[in-house]
Amino acid sequence: MTFGNFTPEAFAFGIFALITLGGAFGVITNKNLVRGALWLMISLFGVAGIFVLLSAPFLAAVQILVYIGAIGILITFAVMLTRSMTNITQRFNQQWWLGAIVSVALFALLMAAVIVPVWGDVTEPNRNDVADTTDLGVALVSAERVSELDNETSLEGYVLPFEVASLLLTAAMIGAIVIAREDD
Amino acid sequence: MFRSVFGTAIGRFLFGTFILLAIVSATVYFIVTPLLSGGCINDLAQCLTQSGWDAGAAEFLTIVLGVMGVATFPLLVTILLIWVERKFAARIQDRVGPNRVGPFGLIQPLADVVKLLGKEDLTPAGADKLVFNTAPVVMVMSVLLIWAVVPFTPYHVGVDLEIGALYFVAVASIGTLSVIMASWASNNKYALLGAFRVVAQLISYEIPLAMALLIPVMLAGSMSMVGIVEAQAGMWFMFVSPIAAFMFFISSQAETGRAPFDLIEAESELVAGFNIEYSGMKFAMFFAGEFMHVFTNGVLMAIMFTGGWWGPFAYEAPLLAVFYLLGKAFFWYLLSLLMRNALPRVRIDQLMAINWKFLVPISIVNLLMTALLLRLIQEGGLSPENASSFVDNIPQTLILLAGNVVLFGIVMTLLRGRARGERMTDMVVREDVELAPATGD
Repeated sequence: MTFGNFTPEAFAFGIFALITLGGAFGVITNKNLVRGALWLMISLFGVAGIFVLLSAPFLAAVQILVYIGAIGILITFAVMLTRSMTNITQRFNQQWWLGAIVSVALFALLMAAVIVPVWGDVTEPNRNDVADTTDLGVALVSAERVSELDNETSLEGYVLPFEVASLLLTAAMIGAIVIAREDD
Repeated sequence: MFRSVFGTAIGRFLFGTFILLAIVSATVYFIVTPLLSGGCINDLAQCLTQSGWDAGAAEFLTIVLGVMGVATFPLLVTILLIWVERKFAARIQDRVGPNRVGPFGLIQPLADVVKLLGKEDLTPAGADKLVFNTAPVVMVMSVLLIWAVVPFTPYHVGVDLEIGALYFVAVASIGTLSVIMASWASNNKYALLGAFRVVAQLISYEIPLAMALLIPVMLAGSMSMVGIVEAQAGMWFMFVSPIAAFMFFISSQAETGRAPFDLIEAESELVAGFNIEYSGMKFAMFFAGEFMHVFTNGVLMAIMFTGGWWGPFAYEAPLLAVFYLLGKAFFWYLLSLLMRNALPRVRIDQLMAINWKFLVPISIVNLLMTALLLRLIQEGGLSPENASSFVDNIPQTLILLAGNVVLFGIVMTLLRGRARGERMTDMVVREDVELAPATGD
């Protein structure tokens, strides 16, 4: 993308990047935590827009459903239910320098990874592997995957990570039930 | 015969609704569908490109026009729906309803809009102004966005998203957010109490909603709304999986937050619920969002379970296709109104019990059963060779329907046992209560 070749995609990317960064800026500058949570949702919405631009509509929908529809609302509620958190007046706590170091380091790392190809070139993913959402679903539940490059079957399917993730969620759910349960 | 039908109140109501439906269908067909992809808006894009416009700019303009068309239509329909709603409620409660402004009181909603525009626009002291004013917009937005994926005719659809069903669930979840924003920004404890209930209710009922939605997706083999409608060429999914249709209808009614699930704004307990501090047009936007949500649910029922625009001559005359879609939507809409007006409000614990102990288990079992049966049908070679033929669909439909009937029977037996148990404990408790004063004093 160069500035001489200004496509509608670039324009849309600019808007979504602005929404994402503006939302993030709102999160860190707002004293009010509920407002901060709302700004966070705006920021996540911008990320969903960027997923759409990357031709990943499934991820975009999941981003909105999970991060805005569930986690965002959960955060808002957690903040609302804890009274001491709604009345915070100071903008920074004691650990602001730690947060600053971590975020600057992460930013530098990402920039290095994209601009200076330290860990290999940034390549466009092979679209033939996952052409639509059905392929995505099949890839998630199959144990083996046919590589497009050398047409060989390798045991690189996603069924194991998928099941591990579901086990993790089940464990979290059981944990929540145990914590919420009244002692008999 | 005609006079006797037309002479009854219900006859006149249905006649009026039919006329209204015809008018709305014609409006959609001549104003909205040309703006959608597949409509003559594409010719406009070509025309603009030929007359020297940049191709990207022409496409952008046509998309913007299409978005405006799709977003304006439900808002306009809502104005008419308010009349239908008030007239219907009035008839059920043995009243006349609006009948002064215009023929049959049809222009009453317009008068209401003018009245609402003239009202003072209050923002309470201590309210978070920005969030307070954004909340009604988010409410209307969450419903309007659903219309982007609604296929009106075989040829006209806003956008045929590959993930249509998931998009619907994702967008609908934003509605919860608007209620939280409104209640928190109002700086009012009744509003906040309302919000606590909303989150419990809306998030709980999203589970059976999504589970029920998975069944049409599974049957059609596609998440796209267009794909789901086209897969119902031979058989409506309502006959293949009536339990899923029932689940979807119940939980979508709960998602709108209307009676019998209107605990969000239970007047006797919460004064008015989350929108207590709103007045004038902002208040009206919440209600417009709610009215629109109910009708949108009707449209979704039509798309998911009763064949969308399918009907005789739908391909030859797209106007009829619009009429079929909106007619089916109106049927579900009226059923929902009947439910709203005829049933009493449930208690909050009953609301949660209905969801977690009734809807969620059944929808999980139904999902697993349908998946298993579909697989068996495929293995047994009974899946329809030609999906658009009614006769070819019969074996598959009969097997799945039988599964549904068995599940229904099991559920009813369990419910019967449970209800009997509850009656027994009730009787024991009542005896205790009767005995208490006698021994106490």
